[in-house]
Amino acid sequence: MSSDRIKIVWIYPDLLSTYGDQGNTIVLERRAALRGIPTETVSLRSDEPVPADGHIYLLGGGEDRPQILAAQRLRNDGGLIQAARQGAIIFGVCAGYQILGHEFGGEEGQLVPGLGLLDISSARGERRAVGEIVGDVSAELQVPRITGFENHQGVTRLGQNVRPFAQVLSGIGNGDGYEGAYNGRVLGTYMHGPALVRNPGLADLLLRWAVGHDLQPIDDSWAGRLREERLNAVLTS
Amino acid sequence: MSDLPLRSQLAVALGRTAAKMSRLAGKGDGSVIGGRIGLRLDPELLTKLARDRKLVLVSATNGKTTTTRLITSAMTPLGEIATNAFGANMPTGHVSALASAPAARYGVLECDEKYVPMVLAETGANVVALMNLSRDQMDRAAEIWLLAGKWRRALEASPQSHVIANCDDPLVTWGASTAKSVTWVAAGQHWREDSWCCPECGGPLDRQGGEEDSDWRCRQCHFARPRPDWSLRGDQVTAPDGRVFSLSQLSLPGRANRSNAVVALAVVAQFGVPPEQALPLLSQVTSVAGRYTTVEYQGRSLRLLLSKNPAGWLEAFDVLQPAPGPVALSVNAQGPDGRDTSWLWDVDYRILRGRPVWVTGERRIDLAARLEAAEVSFTVVDDIEQAVMAVPPGHLDVIANYTAFQNIRTRYGRVV
Repeated sequence: MSSDRIKIVWIYPDLLSTYGDQGNTIVLERRAALRGIPTETVSLRSDEPVPADGHIYLLGGGEDRPQILAAQRLRNDGGLIQAARQGAIIFGVCAGYQILGHEFGGEEGQLVPGLGLLDISSARGERRAVGEIVGDVSAELQVPRITGFENHQGVTRLGQNVRPFAQVLSGIGNGDGYEGAYNGRVLGTYMHGPALVRNPGLADLLLRWAVGHDLQPIDDSWAGRLREERLNAVLTS
Repeated sequence: MSDLPLRSQLAVALGRTAAKMSRLAGKGDGSVIGGRIGLRLDPELLTKLARDRKLVLVSATNGKTTTTRLITSAMTPLGEIATNAFGANMPTGHVSALASAPAARYGVLECDEKYVPMVLAETGANVVALMNLSRDQMDRAAEIWLLAGKWRRALEASPQSHVIANCDDPLVTWGASTAKSVTWVAAGQHWREDSWCCPECGGPLDRQGGEEDSDWRCRQCHFARPRPDWSLRGDQVTAPDGRVFSLSQLSLPGRANRSNAVVALAVVAQFGVPPEQALPLLSQVTSVAGRYTTVEYQGRSLRLLLSKNPAGWLEAFDVLQPAPGPVALSVNAQGPDGRDTSWLWDVDYRILRGRPVWVTGERRIDLAARLEAAEVSFTVVDDIEQAVMAVPPGHLDVIANYTAFQNIRTRYGRVV
């Protein structure tokens, strides 16, 4: 990290903020602050240019039309693509995850071009996937078992240049037994909304990438208890 | 009623019997089961029951039940009114409401947002009141942009229906603007997180002023707030003829209820009830299905506030006792609440800083994690009773979502 603070860019909350996506920015700021790491968050409206100097970019969930608009504006703007080339951390959730790929299905099932930052292609599935999701994360990421809530109709196919983020234990995810995808520091997931709240380990992964070294442990009893409670509720039901 | 075909009469009678049995069995007010049986026997029952009546449909994300109640109260000078007062707001509930008031010439029906097109097509309602649209229980509810699009098509196909719509809400305005005739009411919009983009073209919406002025227009296309016929500023209502009325005598608290009241005034004016006659009748409504009720228990006065989504919580915060008044929060995630608690992160809880806050409900850990992140001090308790007994005698505001609210209401006695 070149500057003294982590710059978090929340991409287009006016279009991509449907499921408490704000929670992810709050949790990143808080977990950094508890370790004495300052952050600066930019809530970027879709009529503003995307700064290329952010460290962590967050893309949230959205309805069909806002998702298409967001993809168009991000493609035209080019700032996020440039940031990715410079090695920025990009975390996409649900609609934001699909936008990171080559294409996704619009409201009539039409294919809409994405940003191509992840080698994935999404289409509209037959049924909506709604409910709790649990998965075991790819070992190299060193993130403990994840818990989230998914609500989407997307089916996502992973290409050669991307790895599945987690293996699904409960829920649907991409539709092929896996959930999410990542390549380098670009990571997407169907766990919508405050995915980083329920998964402090995932929040710390993004922060670790940002600062470039391991982080000291912090007291996260309520977030930790929430994670335990959700895992128990799903895996013992 | 006697004009109904024999099969429909039978359907109504059997439905009513089923409703009665359901009530006797202690399973609610029976309006859903009664309507379901009636519709099973005669699928066109709603259309037949609606015939020859003047109907109002009331829909929104928030405030449907309250506004339905306000309109019904203000229409009493017109005679008997059929209404689904218990919030059974789908066609089964509408059938029950109409069947149980066969002589009523007027009906005021609360309608679930998704069912507006179907109920409009089946009843050809004379007046449709549309108030607000915001994110709500997204695991089971429709996406709101999609929903507003369906309203547009339904209203276009129903030219005889007059619409009363809140023009301060851009999505509602878009949803209503295909109607042949509309009364625009500037009823306010406080939750704006779902209104940053133009529903017509997707461009950025520019908002004017602050809390008291909701004017808006698209920066890219022609879409803008229509000129309001009625408008609300603070507790002052300006009617289309320029006269100004005060809502200060309203019994229901808060700005959300002032919004509901101005919509009710516009609706009843459509039926010839003038504001000066309607206002005292609106003030007679003191609580709605337990909401805003104050329950006395062990020296504590518990005020029960129902909040089901981020916009609803914002309105509940608006009516809290001043800080440092204590607050108890209870959140469940049963089917009717939505099983997804993500929305907690769309609520700005920082307003609760500096108050004693008690946290309970089935999803109290979610709430605890949320409040911790907002740097609000709180105490987690296993049930509401512990919170009630822990606060000193006096006032306690209780905010709960749907099933949590029902549990608390049942525990401390149903007061409607």
